[in-house]
Amino acid sequence: MWARTVRLGLRARLGGCRGFTFKVDPQGTGQVTAELIEHLERLALVDFGGREAVARLEKAIAFADRLRGVDTDGVEPMESVLEDRCLYLRSDNVTEGNCAEELLQNSHRVVEEYFVAPPGNISLAKLNEQEPPPRG
Amino acid sequence: TIGTTLKPVSAGLKQGQITPTELCQKCLSMIKKTKFLNAYITVTEEEALKQAEESEKRYAKGQPLGDLDGIPVAIKDNFSTSAIETTCGSNMLKGYVPPYNATVVQKLFDQGALLMGKTNLDEFAMGSGSTDGVFGPVKNPWSYSKQYREKRKQKPHGENEDSDWLITGGSSGGSAAAVSAFTCFAALGSDTGGSTRNPAAQCGLVGVKPSYGLVSRHGLIPLVNSMDVPGILTRCVDDAAVVLGVLAGHDPKDSTTIQDPVKPFLLPSLTDVSKLCIGIPKEYLVPELSSEVQSLWTKAADLFESRGAKVIEVSLPHTSYSIVCYHVLCTSEVASNMARFDGLEYGHRCDIDVSTEAMYAATRREGFNDVVRGRILSGNFFLLKENYETYFIKAQKVRRLIANDFVNVFNSGVDVLLTPTTLSEAVPYLEFIKEDNRTRSAQDDIFTQAVNMAGLPAISVPMALSNQGLPIGLQFIGRAFCDQQLLTVAKWFEKQVQFPVIQLQGLMDDCSAIFENEKLASVSLKH
Repeated sequence: MWARTVRLGLRARLGGCRGFTFKVDPQGTGQVTAELIEHLERLALVDFGGREAVARLEKAIAFADRLRGVDTDGVEPMESVLEDRCLYLRSDNVTEGNCAEELLQNSHRVVEEYFVAPPGNISLAKLNEQEPPPRG
Repeated sequence: TIGTTLKPVSAGLKQGQITPTELCQKCLSMIKKTKFLNAYITVTEEEALKQAEESEKRYAKGQPLGDLDGIPVAIKDNFSTSAIETTCGSNMLKGYVPPYNATVVQKLFDQGALLMGKTNLDEFAMGSGSTDGVFGPVKNPWSYSKQYREKRKQKPHGENEDSDWLITGGSSGGSAAAVSAFTCFAALGSDTGGSTRNPAAQCGLVGVKPSYGLVSRHGLIPLVNSMDVPGILTRCVDDAAVVLGVLAGHDPKDSTTIQDPVKPFLLPSLTDVSKLCIGIPKEYLVPELSSEVQSLWTKAADLFESRGAKVIEVSLPHTSYSIVCYHVLCTSEVASNMARFDGLEYGHRCDIDVSTEAMYAATRREGFNDVVRGRILSGNFFLLKENYETYFIKAQKVRRLIANDFVNVFNSGVDVLLTPTTLSEAVPYLEFIKEDNRTRSAQDDIFTQAVNMAGLPAISVPMALSNQGLPIGLQFIGRAFCDQQLLTVAKWFEKQVQFPVIQLQGLMDDCSAIFENEKLASVSLKH
């Protein structure tokens, strides 16, 4: 108990925060910039439109920040509750398939056995410079 | 009458007192009468009758497939059903027809169950009210029960009589309403943070969340891969055990199902609880807990003690961080899982064709509601390189601490934990929507979601009616893969408390006449 309190005290002086090792996060203060929102909206390819997005995200971050109150020193991250077991891997044999037609039926735009996509490698930002914003 | 639980109905089918087709017709007629509840998105009348015909042939030969042969069931609309529309309550999947059955669906069909339809839910199972799907909110059948109406001294006919209807809870509210209103004998829900147990408690039903890894998730459209499980809703614990017995077991198509052989789920009738140790987690006594639920919780603990069980207070120290941890992990996994919806191979696709990214963005804006989009955005924030360690990895560490809390308690000799399932009984819709989805979920999931983080089995059992005549349920939490023991204790408790049957009959005829032509518009409020 004593040792831990001492360690926490040391870290606080070094890191300027409550005893956890993590990279200094410019967004950690909870300030959500318009830039950040734009970045997220492009990564996620969903949008919210300006101020509402900022408000929502700030609330979500503030909520998540409560985790800083937990001491996780020496604790390993848990990915799955079944981590002590081996995942089942079946043998590498083809047992089903040949259902291209069935699968193609679910798509809106198909040509022969191809799903048809619009042209790629055009980032969203460039587009907004030239085209009118997409219909919502 | 043929009874409302599996045992008498199964017997009736075997003895020929009722045929699968008659049973099917009864349930289909009930679905029509209770259409105003909006429990179903798709009613599969033709398929059900066909299945009933097949079942009848088997009974005639004296060769039923099992206890579920000829039994009407309903399935939450986030389970893939071959050739039957599967929407997840979202515009993104409106019109989507899967080419395969989810494993749990196939298992039910292989046992001869009859599919009544796909039930309504919060969009992509995100929510705790079943109010946020594109097909509109689900109404709690208890709103129309004699027990509730009498307490409110309502006249059978009156203007605006329906404006104060109650929510079912969520996100498996459609499944809960379907079972509660006698349109089927069992329904599948899903449970990621409490989505089966929450509506079970609010609709007076048994709601089971099996151990993670016991039941296949193949075909369950995923929300949080490390926490999702299929859930079961029934009117009694024995029925849930029958369904769980059918569903449990390794699935080669879901590598997260354990390979241990699964024992059959026959529940012994426990008479002696003196060897049981019941744990009461002290951190679950929160100020927001209604006094009625608290008093029932105490009563239940006293009941076990009076019959000789050891009842002790225990501690789950990281409880208050559970909901925050869940928030980070859930949004992060959602951000990843929702990335598959891009309009190319299935689902909604917008009209924009100038670029792939523009098409994806518009498709997703049109297809997802703001709850889904909000979670995707938050999740992407937590997964940014500069945030990954601080938020995502941190949450994974806290998850271990939460899981360890349970391990420590069970290692100290506790067999089963007893907690509330919800903070209060079902509330009116108009009250529920005063707060946004995220706030409500954070409040309502408080007793249920730590269980998902630890992957443990849990069950909500209805205990008693509130002063308003509405159901209140309590939750039992068991050790991992000790689902049978958990259900055995729950069955004992169910027998002791004798929860009343919902009285719907007379009122329904009045209601359905009034609501037959009513269009259920989904209320959209900015919040």
